[in-house]
Amino acid sequence: MSAHANLERRRQAIYGWLLLSPAAVLLTVFAFYPSFATLWSSLFSRGTRRNPTEFVATENYADLFADPTFWLVVKNNLLYAGVTIPVSIGIALAMALWANSKISARGFVRTAYFTPTVLPMIAAANLWLFFYTPGLGVLDQIGSLFGLPSVNWLGQPETALWAIIIVTIWKEAGFFMIFYLAALQTIPEDLKEAADIEGTSRWTYTRRIVLPLLMPTTLFIAVNAMINSVKLIDHLFILTKGGPSDASKLILYYIWEMAFAFFDAPHAAAMTILVIAVLGIVAAVQFLYLDKRTHYQ
Amino acid sequence: MKSLTKFMDSFGAILLAIIWIAPLLFAFWAATHSTSDAVNLNLFSPWTMDNFRVAWNGAPWLKYFLNTFTLVTVILIGQFILTTLAGFAFAQLQFPGKDYVFILVLMQLFILPEVLIVENYAMVSRLGLFDTILGVGMPYMASAFGIFLMRQAFKGVPIELHEAARIEGCGLLGILWRVYVPLAKPTYLAYALVSVSTHWNNFLWPLIVTNSPDTRPLTVGLSIFGAPENGVDISVISAATLMSVAPLLIAFLIFQRQFVQAFLRAGIK
Repeated sequence: MSAHANLERRRQAIYGWLLLSPAAVLLTVFAFYPSFATLWSSLFSRGTRRNPTEFVATENYADLFADPTFWLVVKNNLLYAGVTIPVSIGIALAMALWANSKISARGFVRTAYFTPTVLPMIAAANLWLFFYTPGLGVLDQIGSLFGLPSVNWLGQPETALWAIIIVTIWKEAGFFMIFYLAALQTIPEDLKEAADIEGTSRWTYTRRIVLPLLMPTTLFIAVNAMINSVKLIDHLFILTKGGPSDASKLILYYIWEMAFAFFDAPHAAAMTILVIAVLGIVAAVQFLYLDKRTHYQ
Repeated sequence: MKSLTKFMDSFGAILLAIIWIAPLLFAFWAATHSTSDAVNLNLFSPWTMDNFRVAWNGAPWLKYFLNTFTLVTVILIGQFILTTLAGFAFAQLQFPGKDYVFILVLMQLFILPEVLIVENYAMVSRLGLFDTILGVGMPYMASAFGIFLMRQAFKGVPIELHEAARIEGCGLLGILWRVYVPLAKPTYLAYALVSVSTHWNNFLWPLIVTNSPDTRPLTVGLSIFGAPENGVDISVISAATLMSVAPLLIAFLIFQRQFVQAFLRAGIK
């Protein structure tokens, strides 16, 4: 009998590893190995024909920290995250509250909110180009109705990053709405009835009952929004290319530019490692939060 | 008073909805009018399909469509096979080291493929897959997210069904194929919708790995077509943009409910 159990255990182990191996190979080749290779290559200098690559330890990192463009890009990305995360969460919440209430044309409203989510970022950027183009764009047309001068939204450092931020918010708010919508539908009806009997105002009901119950969803969305603030850069390629004078450049775009336009892989690698470190912190926070959520339920 | 707040709610909601689809409506309007009528917002100007004709002739769109279609299909097939096998192993088999490997897989959720572009590019070139559709798709096949999703789905299958199939003489792979896969159909559907719309829209990685019209997906083709050095005007760009989003957009409008539920299922689990 125990021989049989032993055989079964060995069979499961063999099957288990066999079934895992295709995924394990690809994950190793395209995630784990590249992570270590990035760390490794961030410690070496860029090889030129005269100077072969050599070990420089943290020199690439020191270069980055001494590079004013790097700090500008970090600042841009912090502003990008700092605005897109709370604003898109706020709009998503408003959308969900509306899409969940008994209003007219609810189907149309829901569809309209969600539509940007299925569009590619590149297409979204093209659509917004029509808004932003100086002289011809919709924004300038509307402005000129009120006698406002033409503004080159994408071409001046003060507004370029904001124009990018607006496109991002437009793209992701509808996606986040879906999660709120799902959470709202799990709030029991009796809470609303009880609040009505007590004569609670709608504002108090929303603030004291709905928002606290939505807290886990908000945290989940916040983590996603944080990841998006690193990931969503495709529209830069169409709208500004990071300019003017780096005013709208974000980290991932800078990594791409460093590696594939300036052919400076070591510095791109060093920057990648810094981004992974930040994402790692986000991951740790999320794991802690997931832990908490299981205690709640 | 109550009807007033209700009216205000409807008003605000619909106003926001109109603002939200305005870019799409303007693009539609620009695409169906001549450039000068479009930029002057000339409401009574005649409709035209010329922009679509110019856009269509300006780039090998049919090839781009085919490439994108092949790409999302290749990725989806790869993902289905890999995540089914791995998800099943994590959900129903006991073997030493399983928990450690699972944590490694979860870590991949946060090492975004987008961030590793430099080394992944080197890897794809080393494998001889540069400028191939397989090269674009490969890094996404062993999706940690998919493995996690399948594991959850397979964990929900009653063990009695597994036992019954075994008593009937079914092998392990037979059980996976005849019991688990059919029962996880809704999860497959959800995953398919999320995967297809993600990769239909993906840009940065295909931009790096493709280098010819034979492999370039729609998004990259669209960005090249609309580049300022090509000097195409806004109406034609709008037409090209609408053309390239049309399949996914129409599919979304038809299967709206499934789409939304797919995103939910994928996000919450």
